[in-house]
Amino acid sequence: MNTQPSLSEADRTPEPGAYARTRFRGLVRLGDPLFYGLTLGCAALIIVVTGWLVSQLYIHSAEARHELGWRFLISQNWDPVAGDFGALPFIFGTLVTSVVALLMAAPLGVGTAIFLAEMTPRRLSSFLAFLVDLLAAVPSVIYGLLGIFLLVPLLSSTVVPAMQKVVGFLPIFSGSFFGVSLFSASLVLVIMVVPFIVSISREVLLAVPVEQREASFALGSTHWETVWKVVLPCARRGIYASVFLALARALGETMAVTMVIGNNPQITKSLLAPGYTIAAVVANEFTEATGDLYLSALIELGLVLFGITFVINGLARLLILATGKGLYHHG
Amino acid sequence: MTRGMTQETSALPEPHEQVDTRREVIALADNIAIQKDVRPSGRRGEHLPPIICAEKFSLYYGRKVGVRNITMDIQPCCVTAIIGPSGCGKSTFLRSINRMNDLIPHVRTEGLLTVNGVDVNDKRVNLVNLRQQVGMVFQKPNPFPKSVYDNVAYGPRLQGVRWRPVLNELVEQSLRDAALWDEVKDDLHKSALSLSGGQQQRLCLARALATKPKVLLMDEPCSAIDPIATGKIEDLIDQLCDRYTIVIVTHNMQQAARVSEHTAFFCLGDLIEFGPTETLFTNPSEKATEDYITGRFG
Amino acid sequence: MANLIRRRMTNAVMFSMTLICAISVIGVLFFILGYLFWNGGRYLNWDFFTKLPAPVGESGGGMANAIVGSAKLLLLATLIGAPIGLLGGIYLAEFGGRTFPFVVRYVADLLNGVPSIIVGIFAYTVVVLKVRHFSAWAGGFALGIMMIPIALRSTEEFLRQVPRNLREGALALGATRSQMILTVVVPAAMRGILSGLMLDIARVAGETAPLLFTSFGNRFWSEGFNKPTASLPVMIFTYAIGPYEDWHRQAWAAGFVLLAMVLMFNITSRLLMSWRRSR
Repeated sequence: MNTQPSLSEADRTPEPGAYARTRFRGLVRLGDPLFYGLTLGCAALIIVVTGWLVSQLYIHSAEARHELGWRFLISQNWDPVAGDFGALPFIFGTLVTSVVALLMAAPLGVGTAIFLAEMTPRRLSSFLAFLVDLLAAVPSVIYGLLGIFLLVPLLSSTVVPAMQKVVGFLPIFSGSFFGVSLFSASLVLVIMVVPFIVSISREVLLAVPVEQREASFALGSTHWETVWKVVLPCARRGIYASVFLALARALGETMAVTMVIGNNPQITKSLLAPGYTIAAVVANEFTEATGDLYLSALIELGLVLFGITFVINGLARLLILATGKGLYHHG
Repeated sequence: MTRGMTQETSALPEPHEQVDTRREVIALADNIAIQKDVRPSGRRGEHLPPIICAEKFSLYYGRKVGVRNITMDIQPCCVTAIIGPSGCGKSTFLRSINRMNDLIPHVRTEGLLTVNGVDVNDKRVNLVNLRQQVGMVFQKPNPFPKSVYDNVAYGPRLQGVRWRPVLNELVEQSLRDAALWDEVKDDLHKSALSLSGGQQQRLCLARALATKPKVLLMDEPCSAIDPIATGKIEDLIDQLCDRYTIVIVTHNMQQAARVSEHTAFFCLGDLIEFGPTETLFTNPSEKATEDYITGRFG
Repeated sequence: MANLIRRRMTNAVMFSMTLICAISVIGVLFFILGYLFWNGGRYLNWDFFTKLPAPVGESGGGMANAIVGSAKLLLLATLIGAPIGLLGGIYLAEFGGRTFPFVVRYVADLLNGVPSIIVGIFAYTVVVLKVRHFSAWAGGFALGIMMIPIALRSTEEFLRQVPRNLREGALALGATRSQMILTVVVPAAMRGILSGLMLDIARVAGETAPLLFTSFGNRFWSEGFNKPTASLPVMIFTYAIGPYEDWHRQAWAAGFVLLAMVLMFNITSRLLMSWRRSR
């Protein structure tokens, strides 16, 4: 054991950094409140920016709102030349494409999630879930690309004629098909929102406690019965939330829809007819808008879309809160 | 009132005198006397004024009592152990000394707790200074996910020391004091997380020593590491107590008996007994202390 | 007995259906990737990366300006979105509270759910209308706003995962709150924060709608940040709906490049995350 210098010696030797120490400490004392203020400011900035966004939408749609009033929401007429703007065809198109897409995507997504959660070993399941997440990462415009050059020709050459032979008597599948249509848009949306449903539902299913499943098996049920009667009801809220989130996503989807929907502002009974969504019309006509009223009408459409997605998102969040789980998911 | 901890202790302690014999006694149960090392009391530091004074010090978490009416003096350059059953306030009291309880919401203190004559709860006290003078080693080793070097240099860097040669020397000195130097000197830049549990705890000790504190607080430092590493840490405490005042909280009575000169027994937030270790373990004045030591409760 | 047979058949049938669902979904993924890489790959050439777009109607040319433009926009977006998200996330994770953080998180989720085209409208009204021309500033601003919510939430999430005893250790050594956060907590969470940031950038890189009337597009080089700027997604869109075959081919090639970049960021981000766990 060495003899160490005693307390006094160590203190007597001044460190070269001694002066720097006191000066540095002075700066550091300022540091805490400054840092706190900076981070607080950034957090508050988010609220400010969002409020600003809403206010800008509101302000710049003022002209259209005053000019057209509530008629805007129920008029079917979209006539830029005459200065008459009606939002109904777009609201119709937006809602129809999204709802039809969800009707197809929900069973597909939940089915896939059940398969991944129940039927595959954990590692394979994680890997496949990762692949499905990659689907979610594909940009919208690329789905549009595939939609225009693959899906639409495929539909018009093979699928739809076959479909019409079978279910063509139904009004929603009546009429002639030119490739671009509400139906095509819905199909593209299905592929785009399924990954969200799959990944959230899978997580929710996996989170169902193992004791619940064990209890069911112990009572002699088959695997499917356990899933259908025990696991799914337990995961119900989370799955609904995922569907709502997917719906919100579909409602706001722009590029892929724009490229395959046909850009025709009309309300039809057939899915095979071309249509238009709010996002699509804004994307297509914003830079061409002549006149302030036209632009203002487009911005008012944006406000309507914001309103719709706000409500749906709010419902989804409420569902998540009600489950007591934080289902935050990247992207 | 002096600001922070700039006041020096008034007298300098004498260099450590070698002790030739160590007498051993501790009674664990009525019939068994196990030979253990016990530090003879009053050897060092008793002629100096106490470095930490608590006078009717109480701490409350909202309505719940943390500690109540603690009055005790801790001598410099000694090892003082605090023992007691779980939840009796030992860690609470320890953490009050360097104001770590501030992290808990709704904490309220009464009474006086001074370090080197300065009331730690005074609003004017610079917490940064206080914590550099009163170092702490925690129950579970908590090295930063940085290199060994960066861990030890963290405190000095906070203090503004930037010059490499000085830092190198500080790091080496601290690691030597913590008996870790030989094990890490070949690669100071490897991750601290690659060390074993016992090594990590010694690293945390070195890290605390690097700020050159006057007092070292140890909150059950050996409870999360294996017995051999525990032995090493106890040896270190032995070596360090010449230069540092050490206050150690432990639920291991044998450890308290081995390493400390003074022991305090806490129970349910109260200080039941405080005195020289030898006396407390062989001839406690309170019945509660005797019950605890002999294992009748706790 | 018949009941049992029926139940077991139901079991088999239903699970087969889920298998079909899974195969369809994953099959579609492989198909998309495969087709895009094959079709895009064969139209990809050196000109694509080096030449400017040819005059309208002529074939040939490339998308060099779009690639550079996208890079500029992403740079601006990261400079705007990342610091705000990061610092805001630090506030939420470290300084807490009950109502304010709840409101911030709720609003961040709200902002995250806003369709990208509406963020584009916002950027238009705030930037383009004021200066009366399209610019990279406007486009970068729009993309930056979109980056904030995810950066915020992911920073907060990873900072919360840093164990409490690390913070206590730093404070016990005399660090101030801000020093503790900046020198210990944030570095400890850095891998997660970076991987979240990469995902964020990847998401924003593919966005087209907000750029349509902010950075708009350009058939030539755009100097600085104050001019309309070409970007890869917008070029894909313009060329895909255009009438020329050559444009369609170039759109595929551009799609290949864009998708490759986005997937690379995604995969790197996940690797970063899992590498972190194994340490």
